Amino acid sequence: MAEYERIIRPRKGIIAIDFEELWRYRELFLFLTWRDILVRYKQTYIGVAWAALQPLLMMVIFTAIFSFVGKFPSHGAPYPILVFAALLPWQFFANAMTESSQSLVASERMITKVYFPRLIIPASAVMSGIVDLIISALILLALMWGFDVPFTSRMFMLPVFFIVAFLAAFSVGLWFSALNVRYRDVKYIVPFIVRMGMYVSPVGFISEVVPEKYRFYYNLNPMVGVIDGFRWCILGERFEPYWAGFLVSVLVILILLVTGAIYFRSMERTFADVI
Amino acid sequence: MSSPIISARGLGKRYRLGQTLAHDTLRDHITAIIKSAGRIFSGKRNDEKPDEYIWALKDVSFDVEAGEVIGIIGRNGAGKSTLLKILSQITEPTEGEARVRGRLASLLEVGTGFHQELTGRENIFLNGAILGMSKAEIKKKFDEIVAFAEVEKFIDTPVKRYSSGMYVRLAFAVAAHLEPEILVVDEVLAVGDAAFQNKCLGKMQEVSRGKGRTILFVSHNMSAIQMLCGKVIYLSQGRIKGIGAVDEQVAAYLKDLKGDSEGGDVMNYPLGNQFKLTTFKFSPNPVTTGDNLNFQIKILPECDTSIFDLQILIYSVYGVRVGIIDLRLPNGKSYQAQKNKPIEINGKIKSIPLVEGDYRVGLYLYCKEFYRDFHDISAFSVSARKSNTGNIPTKPIYRGCWSLPLLQGILQGLPRYFRIQRFCTKEQYGKYPHQTDLPRDCGVRQRIRG
Repeated sequence: MAEYERIIRPRKGIIAIDFEELWRYRELFLFLTWRDILVRYKQTYIGVAWAALQPLLMMVIFTAIFSFVGKFPSHGAPYPILVFAALLPWQFFANAMTESSQSLVASERMITKVYFPRLIIPASAVMSGIVDLIISALILLALMWGFDVPFTSRMFMLPVFFIVAFLAAFSVGLWFSALNVRYRDVKYIVPFIVRMGMYVSPVGFISEVVPEKYRFYYNLNPMVGVIDGFRWCILGERFEPYWAGFLVSVLVILILLVTGAIYFRSMERTFADVI
Repeated sequence: MSSPIISARGLGKRYRLGQTLAHDTLRDHITAIIKSAGRIFSGKRNDEKPDEYIWALKDVSFDVEAGEVIGIIGRNGAGKSTLLKILSQITEPTEGEARVRGRLASLLEVGTGFHQELTGRENIFLNGAILGMSKAEIKKKFDEIVAFAEVEKFIDTPVKRYSSGMYVRLAFAVAAHLEPEILVVDEVLAVGDAAFQNKCLGKMQEVSRGKGRTILFVSHNMSAIQMLCGKVIYLSQGRIKGIGAVDEQVAAYLKDLKGDSEGGDVMNYPLGNQFKLTTFKFSPNPVTTGDNLNFQIKILPECDTSIFDLQILIYSVYGVRVGIIDLRLPNGKSYQAQKNKPIEINGKIKSIPLVEGDYRVGLYLYCKEFYRDFHDISAFSVSARKSNTGNIPTKPIYRGCWSLPLLQGILQGLPRYFRIQRFCTKEQYGKYPHQTDLPRDCGVRQRIRG
């Protein structure tokens, strides 16, 4: 009996993340992810089709605006592929951020009635976007085949950039989900950020469009590094990211992640009382 | 002797009143900051009230030995749920500490995490995982859970199509198959039909006696407490009023309830943050079965608001709802309450038909800010009417809550001299309009007594 003793007392200061406990609750994490995915596609007849249609339509619009109207450069790559390669991580990031920032508030009943590490909730919300991502990735493969873009071994690098995108979404999700418990106007801020972010990030254009001297600062937007990485893996050598900038993006993500985790942990104690 | 499985020392939980909701959005927060900055510049004193705090729980210390089943009783707001939430780590105590030596599962609500769109099967896995079961454990118990809930046929139907009874049964079934060392249960038996409630109680008994689990059990249902628990913690206003034998604590609790409604005229019972209940009286108290019962309610609003619904809830001593008294205004009108303008309601319940015993009274209030049941605010007693049948009355516990007046009884197939005869007073008999409606061939003889 003594092997499992818990002391419940008021905690103060910075609370470390209990990784051992998170590991014990790994099944709950998977179950919540599974639930989100199931729920998303249940009773929506065009569920899967919707996941495919959305990026395709956006690709068409962005190609029309930036390529035909704006005459943006493309290093000779087919513009639709260039856009779609960016939409892949961007859509994932935008959905994951939206879902995870709402996740805690949406799980109010669970939070006030059962104990489990609350970190699981925004994490599983981010994770559940992975099905949409896979669907989009399949479309991309089809498009690449259609536009005669060669498949290269560099594509095996994609998971690395995906992890960076995941961490970016998760770190922002940590901040917003915890803030949302306290301040409900986060609900209005997030869609705004998503809409703006799509034009600020190099989704419809390549980041070389940004003047050299601002490139470094441009990478403070963590999605810039991720999108550049995705393009590089898919479209090849000419799209090699500006690595110093990529490091800046990663650094920004790490900072957001650590501060987000600290903020989340310190707010976690009061979630059940405030939510 | 091993150390206790739960030991709480000086547990306290403080909540902030009023201000908590004031700065709910960033925008409000920013305006508040600007306002207070403005006050500094204009040299005005801060006229906002300082934050008010309320101790939902204070100085709570107790030990629970492994295998004990502890009942926790007390009124609404006595801190019962707060205590359970602290022990299950949902909320953090403000002071004190508790040591829990074992896997603890909390069941503060049935069906936590149930999703309407998912099927029964999917929800069992999801809910089980939320309550702390592993996938393997759920798989092993899956058939047992489904059988207990009696939903075999509907297991692949989304739970949104379930009847509320099925939903609750399934939810409880998952929880009932948890196997933690300590189980914390809050008032979940208040749901479901009577047969299912008995099944749940039986299951809990089996778990506690058969498997030696420790259970902490909150309920307003005194018969459930008496049936299950070996010891009771009686909480009052966030503090422990008594720990000990079940009957002794339950009696003390009921006595306090009654004492409040008989004692001084002025009480001070908060109904949310918006109202104070200052009077809730019944007279005569005790009242005799069949007599009229007068009641008086005075409520002091602490802000301007509207009341849509107000009902008196009457419960038997064991926590079964006996009836309500609907105090709504006609035609669905709402009542406009004004700050500090007392609302007084005087009413009379016609010939109260209850069996003798103690009855616990609560209020249901639905106003602009909230709707809620407030349990155990007051109590009244009913005393027996002198029998006029010549029979010794059956013991109250066998008679349920209602004393149903018998106007005529027909029992066929018995020898004529054995057939039931109706006894009543002359006046009552005279009032009965349908005596001539009796079928002629039924052979019942009416006899007038007295």
